[in-house]
Amino acid sequence: MYGAAANPHGHGHNYVLEVTLEGQPDPVTGMVFDLKQLKEIIYRHVVEPMDHRFLNHEVPPFDRVIPTTENVAIEIWRRLAPSLNVNGVRLHSVRLYETEDLYVDYSGDEG
Amino acid sequence: MIRLTRRYRFSASHRLHAAGLSQEENRELYGKCNNPFGHGHDYVLDVSVCGPVEERSGTVMRLSDLDGIVQEKVVRALDHRNLNVEVPEFESMTPTTESLAFVIGCRLRKDWPAGWPRLDTVRLEETKNNRIELRTANP
Repeated sequence: MYGAAANPHGHGHNYVLEVTLEGQPDPVTGMVFDLKQLKEIIYRHVVEPMDHRFLNHEVPPFDRVIPTTENVAIEIWRRLAPSLNVNGVRLHSVRLYETEDLYVDYSGDEG
Repeated sequence: MIRLTRRYRFSASHRLHAAGLSQEENRELYGKCNNPFGHGHDYVLDVSVCGPVEERSGTVMRLSDLDGIVQEKVVRALDHRNLNVEVPEFESMTPTTESLAFVIGCRLRKDWPAGWPRLDTVRLEETKNNRIELRTANP
């Protein structure tokens, strides 16, 4: 099923994550979301806990969930949605590139 | 529900020439693309499928299954071909990016297994500046 990706010692990817928000620009700031704040939220909830980690061993729930691109994208959504769905703004989608030739889009269970 | 997109590449040559137009009209409409000897492109094809993540495997679709289908029905049939001469659909159709995306969509839809995952979108880049996206409803 997984071929070379099932190597017992694991393997790595340089993931690329795109986070898309949806909302009306704030009439005062002219922004949908403060980019600095967005960056901090993504770093705190996703990049810091996942970057340079062995997902299967160091990042729950991947001790029991297979860290396919699909499952990593869903987990990223779960980690980000609570902090981003505020003040009329909504997390619209996460796009996770595992390689240049393979990515997944996730927009939540209703998406 | 999640959408997975996989990228494929192939090269092909074509000539844009519509049977319903005169020589002059074809030259006027298609310009250099009407050159009688044709010209080529390095096409980039993104195929998207969508569906629920199968719990046991953690995937929407086995990549080897998707690769097998796209390679067999599209890449092997089109790569390094002269589209006008070697691909039957273009005997009666001008091989614009629009028609080529349509043909690729039809080829993939044909015999696509029922149920999940569904074929979602075909996106075809002729050049970096020119791209056609086609929603491919399931049969």
